[in-house]
Amino acid sequence: MRPTPTSRALILGARSQIAQALAHQFAAKGVALVLAARQSEQLAPIAADLRLRYDVDVDLLEFDALDLDSHVALADRVRQEAGPWELAICVVGSLPDQQLARQDGHIAQQVLATNFTSVCVCLGHLANDLEARREGGLICVSSVSGDRGRQSNYIYGAAKGGLSVFLQGLRNRLAPAGVHVLTVKPGFVDTPMTQGLEGLFLVASPEAVAADVLIAWRKGRNVLYTPWFWRWILLIIRLIPESIFKRLSL
Amino acid sequence: MTGIRLKPHPTCGWGRYPVVTSVVQRARWLDDLRLSLDRQATLAQGQLRSYGDAGLAPSVVSTLELNRILHFEPDTGVLEIEAGITLDQILRFVVPRGWFLPVTPGTKHPTIGGCVAADVHGKNHHVDGSLVSHVEALTLVTAEGDTIRCDRSDYADLFWSCFGGMGLTGFVYSVRMQLLAIASDQIGVVTRRTRDLEETCDILKSTQTQHRYSVAWLDVLHRRRRGRGLVMLGDHTQGASMKAHGARTIRFPAVGPRLFARPVMQAGNAAYYRRQLRRLHHSKVHYDPYFYPLDGLRDWNRAYGRPGFLQYQFVVPFAGGLDCIRAFLDRICNTTTCTLAVLKTFGDGQTGPLGFPQRGWTLALDFCQTPKSISTLQDATSLITDAGGRLYLAKDAIMRAEHFADMYPRAGEFLAAKRRYDPGKRLRSALSDRLGIT
Repeated sequence: MRPTPTSRALILGARSQIAQALAHQFAAKGVALVLAARQSEQLAPIAADLRLRYDVDVDLLEFDALDLDSHVALADRVRQEAGPWELAICVVGSLPDQQLARQDGHIAQQVLATNFTSVCVCLGHLANDLEARREGGLICVSSVSGDRGRQSNYIYGAAKGGLSVFLQGLRNRLAPAGVHVLTVKPGFVDTPMTQGLEGLFLVASPEAVAADVLIAWRKGRNVLYTPWFWRWILLIIRLIPESIFKRLSL
Repeated sequence: MTGIRLKPHPTCGWGRYPVVTSVVQRARWLDDLRLSLDRQATLAQGQLRSYGDAGLAPSVVSTLELNRILHFEPDTGVLEIEAGITLDQILRFVVPRGWFLPVTPGTKHPTIGGCVAADVHGKNHHVDGSLVSHVEALTLVTAEGDTIRCDRSDYADLFWSCFGGMGLTGFVYSVRMQLLAIASDQIGVVTRRTRDLEETCDILKSTQTQHRYSVAWLDVLHRRRRGRGLVMLGDHTQGASMKAHGARTIRFPAVGPRLFARPVMQAGNAAYYRRQLRRLHHSKVHYDPYFYPLDGLRDWNRAYGRPGFLQYQFVVPFAGGLDCIRAFLDRICNTTTCTLAVLKTFGDGQTGPLGFPQRGWTLALDFCQTPKSISTLQDATSLITDAGGRLYLAKDAIMRAEHFADMYPRAGEFLAAKRRYDPGKRLRSALSDRLGIT
């Protein structure tokens, strides 16, 4: 199923490096943008840059993913402040220090709230709006780490795994309404989030990931592993029997 | 900006010498520049396209993610950009809109912030001066954490000190500049083959008023007619297309053995010299091969092997300059192998206290990095100071502090400004420590 054409896209968590790369990809195709983030005024340089390079409308929207009550009116707020929109791209997320999250329940809770709860609540409201209009779609950045729990990263992984399941369900529900849902599962991406982490390999640039996302979206793909080889790496990781997997240090 | 997990790793300039182990923070917003000061960053770093140690320090903040276009006036050609945008990215934006960089060095890979720090010049210095002549204002974060917008009237001492100041006056955030209007992406080129150094210099000097761009490639390895070469004169010209350059490049595969033995270089120079058989040749080319011939081969500095290479660029006044160049070449050519030599003229342009250009001849030379080439060049530097000339800090890795004081008589003015905006002497680089201008 190919998604309906997009005139305006809403980017949630627009501060991130991947979001910025995605903004360039979509703006280059003439799609107007609404960049939503905390302290959105700080994004003014990005907005100016996108307007000048691609001659598209770019609006900034104050958005706090953790403020769950505000999500009810989000779809309408975007329409009032910017105009009609058809696509929501969610890049909300944060990678914690797993060691700290293991010790401190508040950090673990925060990880689940930013990567899972807030995203589910927000996308749920946006999905209702799109379903009623029977158009457009959702792109949500999950992670390969949600495909199997590993000791080094299972709290973040659990949140992303839950998110992937949520998106599966949403896709199933919205398909009859013609609303498309794309789950993006990047591997390691070269952003401030991963800077200086131990054991990084096969690191991709945010620009390469964003280019992949645009192609997958236009082709109507459901789940995108990016770069492509992560699909096969994760397939192997998923196939390892639990009795063996539990002894590995991954 | 995360700063908790950063590990030091080896960094070097384009010459691959020297190497400094460095912690690199990444700035994405103006505020990150200020925050990086609290995490001990002492220098802003861009693409590391200066050749020596000007961009190196144990703790730096990378500006490469500050690469946005902030403001552009299509009618007047005023452009404001963030410091980490490269000339490559600027050209992709401005050329299709009918504008060009007013001054460009011989590669399009440096960031505009780096270009400000070095106050870069181009083949058009005799007409247009260096970069500072085309910049209206800078926004920068000082060592004290203040964000200051400076220009020729507000904070003028800071403004002028930034150009040629090698990043020691603050972290530049944005640059507002005036672009050059062009009629097409084409350059009309006149190439003249010369017999010897005298003829090369005569042509460079006599054509100054006729062409916007002029530069000469020299064959300094030829025994009898050293300094013969090709003088390349150019001007923006009319044409049908207004396209930015493409992305196609070849990458030099890996750092291997050094590829420049003297006989190989002599043969290479002779072949390049004879590439043009006629004395005079007219052509029309895209700006990319004209201004950036070496950008087509990415990472070409790897050809110099693990030890890297030295670039040595000096300027000497026209009066007595030619004799100085001859004496200099006599001194170095027998003991070291010069792999590339480029000669240009400088006119009268505005400069900051540490600005490099002054009216005269400027010669840029590449050498393999060996202990012998370093000592030979260090010793020969007194020839330059005696002739009233100076070395370009953006290329330098080896100059001694005592030579620096002779070359840059306005260094005191620079240091006064640095003390004023950086009283705690927080901003420093390997170069500033070496030359005593921290």
